[in-house]
Amino acid sequence: MQFINGITILLIYQLAGEISVRLLGIPVPGPVLGMLMLFITLLLRGKAGESLDTASTGLLSHLSLLFVPAGVGMMVHFEHIASEWLSITIALLLSTLVTMAATAGIMLGVSRLTGREHNADG
Amino acid sequence: MDNADLSTIWVYLSESPLAGLTITMIAYSLAYRLYTSANSHPLLNPVVTSVGMLILFLLATDTSYDAYFEGGQFVHFLLGPATVALAVPLYQQLSKLRRLWLPVTIAMLSGVAIGGLSSVGLAALLGASPITQMSLAPKSVTAPVAMGISEQIGGLPSLTAVLVVLTGILGAVLGTRLFDLLRIRDDSVRGIAMGVTAHGIGTARAFQVSKEMGAFSGLAMALSAFLTAVILPWLLGLFGFLTS
Repeated sequence: MQFINGITILLIYQLAGEISVRLLGIPVPGPVLGMLMLFITLLLRGKAGESLDTASTGLLSHLSLLFVPAGVGMMVHFEHIASEWLSITIALLLSTLVTMAATAGIMLGVSRLTGREHNADG
Repeated sequence: MDNADLSTIWVYLSESPLAGLTITMIAYSLAYRLYTSANSHPLLNPVVTSVGMLILFLLATDTSYDAYFEGGQFVHFLLGPATVALAVPLYQQLSKLRRLWLPVTIAMLSGVAIGGLSSVGLAALLGASPITQMSLAPKSVTAPVAMGISEQIGGLPSLTAVLVVLTGILGAVLGTRLFDLLRIRDDSVRGIAMGVTAHGIGTARAFQVSKEMGAFSGLAMALSAFLTAVILPWLLGLFGFLTS
């Protein structure tokens, strides 16, 4: 029952997110706004509770599975990708590496500048 | 059983969502088993191997993506509740988040800008068509948001979905190696960089490393969905990448 309750709460927040996004014309997807609303609720309530914990752990432990159907969509774009494969591959690869390294570097840099609790241990 | 019977069964299977759903689950279970038996080698990321198996299967049986997605959509749908569920691990990291809000905010803003501009800039330098450039721009954001942005700036939403998945896979496969190489050991830093770059697929990988890295990656993914939707079209215009 914990799992069912938890999933129900998640669906209610997703629905609330979808409705708010449409009513207010916000350019973000409903689930993302739903996540923000749930986060604020948890802040106000002061705890997550067992049912939400069970449902979220269950869903998130196999998050990879949920991307598989979208990934298979690659087969529809084989031709477009094949005709520009070199520029797409290099742009994706370099941009991914640069973004990841730069973000990590900037976050480390700023936390060293601002934080006293980050004593030099890395 | 004669041929007529077999073909009625085939007609039933190709029209019912059951087949698409079942092969998705089978492919993922096999892929996951392969992944764990190889000590979680990043190249055997279960998204890569299951997508590969499914595409080969669909091509071999001459099944269209639309027919497959009749079943695949049930798994795909769970992305919504899973996104909402990210609020829970995030809440559990609250004390750490309170302490790190400034570095997180600055890293997020830079990550979103660098991710969008570097992909468009590189693609333009390499001579990719404008439509490909615009489809690439939102590649680091979770698929539903990226598709919306792509449409807004003149890309192909369905091509963007593919590029988003490829970016996620690259990030998930290369991320931990890159962090080790750069000697970045803090799981909050690794998580933020992973989530900004490789959205949900990176976050899935981050949860395999630790709950903390997963929570921060989930946070970064959610924040970057907001930030990118708001600032990327403006940034692209500012740097003169928008033609329309």
